[in-house]
Amino acid sequence: MAKPRVKVPEQAKIGDLIEIKTLINHVMETGQRKDPEGTVIARDIINTFVASFGGKEVFRATLQPGISANPYIAFFMRVPGPGDLELAWIEDSGKKTVEKIKLNVV
Amino acid sequence: MRLEVVDRRDFILGATAATALAALLATTSAGTAQDPPASLDEALKKIMGAAKPSEGKFLLELPEIAENGNTVPFTLTADSPMTEADHVKAMHIFAPANPQVDIATFQFTPASGKASASSRMRLAKTQDIVAVAALSDGKFLMAKRTVKVTIGGCGG
Repeated sequence: MAKPRVKVPEQAKIGDLIEIKTLINHVMETGQRKDPEGTVIARDIINTFVASFGGKEVFRATLQPGISANPYIAFFMRVPGPGDLELAWIEDSGKKTVEKIKLNVV
Repeated sequence: MRLEVVDRRDFILGATAATALAALLATTSAGTAQDPPASLDEALKKIMGAAKPSEGKFLLELPEIAENGNTVPFTLTADSPMTEADHVKAMHIFAPANPQVDIATFQFTPASGKASASSRMRLAKTQDIVAVAALSDGKFLMAKRTVKVTIGGCGG
């Protein structure tokens, strides 16, 4: 998977409500399609997305094949203090892509 | 330009046929590996049991008309203080006319601060999208909205 794109505010204060927008390149193959020879193309999706801050889970998404290719996920977080935002995308194969972002807390 | 429109229509018609076939396949191969819910009723029962959801305080934002069924943006937002004692635990979204009814589940914590999440989904055809929010007190909220999925480029 290509490097995910994540957008967080440039800076935030403790107690601020911030929106975190994420996008990752992935085919999200549904397992419903067939190739020209009539063979079913195996399902291959990101089935789980987890966002944690300072090691504590904030938000989790369980995705099904009905989520579009290159899944976009946006959610909110109340800034508890300075720390790292850790985002993980987990595929059907078990492969995990992790992105760490240091939040600029002023 | 004209050629492009025809190509797109052909593509979407082809895609619709493929979706119909996929729906048929999904029905015949039910009960395998992942075991997704076979119907909206089954999905709702699994989440809510016999509880009756209330309406209001829960917003499902969708375009009225989706020109491209491959990527339909949506936002789920519930009016909740998101405190330890009173917060939204999860939200579920369903597309009853898709080959697989369940689309996604979002789980929140008081650290979320706001019970809201956005993503993009695939829609096979025009249908009523249903969303359910599970609250920390064991109650449920429900929201429903119709999305018209355009086939071809002429608003049909």
